[in-house]
Amino acid sequence: MKDTRVKVLSNKKISHVYYKMALDAPYIARTAKPGQFVQIRCNDSFEPLLRRPFSVHRVNGNIEILYETVGSGTEILSNKKEGDKINILGPLGNGFTLPRTTNGEPRAIIIAGGIGAAPLVYLAEELTKKKIKTIVLIGAKTKNLILCEKDFKKATPEVYVSTDDGTYGSQGFVSKLFHKILKTTESKFETIVYVCGPHGMLKCIADICQERKFKCQVSLEEKMACGIGVCLGCAVKTKSGTKLACEDGPVFNASELIW
Amino acid sequence: MAKLEVKIGKIKLKNPVMAASGTFGYAKEFEKLVNLKHIGAIITKTITLNPRQGNPMPRICETSAGILNAIGLQNEGIDNFLKEKIPYLSKIGTPIIVSISGNNIDEFFILARRLDKIKSISGIELNISCPNINCEGLVAQDTKETHEVVKAVRKITDKTIITKLSPNVTDIVKIARAAENAGSDAVSLVNTFFGMAIDINTRKPKLGNITGGLSGPCIKPIALRMVYEVSKNIDIPVIGIGGIMNANDAIEFMMAGAAAIQVGTANFIEPGVCDKIVKGIEEYLKKHKIEKIEDIAGNLDGNN
Repeated sequence: MKDTRVKVLSNKKISHVYYKMALDAPYIARTAKPGQFVQIRCNDSFEPLLRRPFSVHRVNGNIEILYETVGSGTEILSNKKEGDKINILGPLGNGFTLPRTTNGEPRAIIIAGGIGAAPLVYLAEELTKKKIKTIVLIGAKTKNLILCEKDFKKATPEVYVSTDDGTYGSQGFVSKLFHKILKTTESKFETIVYVCGPHGMLKCIADICQERKFKCQVSLEEKMACGIGVCLGCAVKTKSGTKLACEDGPVFNASELIW
Repeated sequence: MAKLEVKIGKIKLKNPVMAASGTFGYAKEFEKLVNLKHIGAIITKTITLNPRQGNPMPRICETSAGILNAIGLQNEGIDNFLKEKIPYLSKIGTPIIVSISGNNIDEFFILARRLDKIKSISGIELNISCPNINCEGLVAQDTKETHEVVKAVRKITDKTIITKLSPNVTDIVKIARAAENAGSDAVSLVNTFFGMAIDINTRKPKLGNITGGLSGPCIKPIALRMVYEVSKNIDIPVIGIGGIMNANDAIEFMMAGAAAIQVGTANFIEPGVCDKIVKGIEEYLKKHKIEKIEDIAGNLDGNN
């Protein structure tokens, strides 16, 4: 974990509220695991005061973050130009646990809801690198909010899409698509589910996994101040007491959480 | 080289920059981000007699140039602190001051008695001003209660006692005097201001606890004024706290009368900030040809 001042390599709008930023952060690129995050200071002034957490979207010598403009911090970030410098602290937290491939061959199902796709592309790349059969389900409200379909397809051929309004892929929530996929792709292997998205969706997927006795890892998004386990702001209720999204998470076993 | 050393009670600090309680964990969290040996003193997250789960979420809310927090003194209790945290803290080589809070005088007394036996602890900060615990009023809002808590702790320990004061009072000087008269070695001020924020779309408070404590650059001018008033009126050292983000802010507090300062919220934004502030103060002294830090303390007479 380091706090470094790094250069913005690119910052592109990829659809109306989503941006992708590449940062010259070789240390983080070298050390970050899928599911870990960084804390970015959007501004050198004290407005906004706090850093903003972003999951590591991809690494390739540099790092990429994928973000949605939702408030003053991300608004400022979206105006950064190539060559601008920003402070970045990371890698932080505990990422996803990848399955061991020695004993049997588990399959992985990745489920992304909206901006929840951000940490999952890197995960899909790492899973397929380990030759783990990986299925990806992407859900969003409508067609132009579907993220990373191409990136996921580069990692695995099995990518399915659903939109709430049916403008692209199957119609309905991604949980409906999950049910459908489970029916059509029976597997004799153990199934591990990785999910990131809105809270309601996480709970829904976690419930299905519990019924089916699948292992399920969820990446939570919480408001944070420090990101390093000091302020105790991002508390998460678990069966083994209060944990912190920043230090103990952001990835938790779904069965550990009190929903 | 300019002299940065200061003395608070019996503690000799190599410089006046202290990491504030609740913003620096138990120091280990920062070991990769700042040189812990460069900090004047480290004040650990407030501990209580029994473990506390803390308040419901959300616990943090950003405001204009500030943060509202309502953590609720979440901690594992003193037993765990002594077992799990003290061994690491003892090895750092920087004075360690332990912040404590109790539900009543007895709890403060018991906590202080147990800490008194630990050689590697240099001092105790009495957190009588946390706004996020459900009691009727704060100890630090009442001169008599403040006096009694400090007196009880003074009885049991010779270690340096720092009493942390609340700004949520009509006359902070009176409370500071009560702490001084009861034997406190120093006062630190200010803890956070009572505050609140509402989400107008959900019509709900932005904090689970409804109200919380405001900190950050937005409180600095008020904190500075309080440090000025208190330091003029008492004889024990005042430790200035409130929105200190850089060396300039720290120097301002010292000119207002603080013998040392604490850095709080800034640790969340720039984890290496304490070290940076020490260097900044040193540069300032060099630039203005000031021999020792004490020469600027409480000095508002201009350059002459």
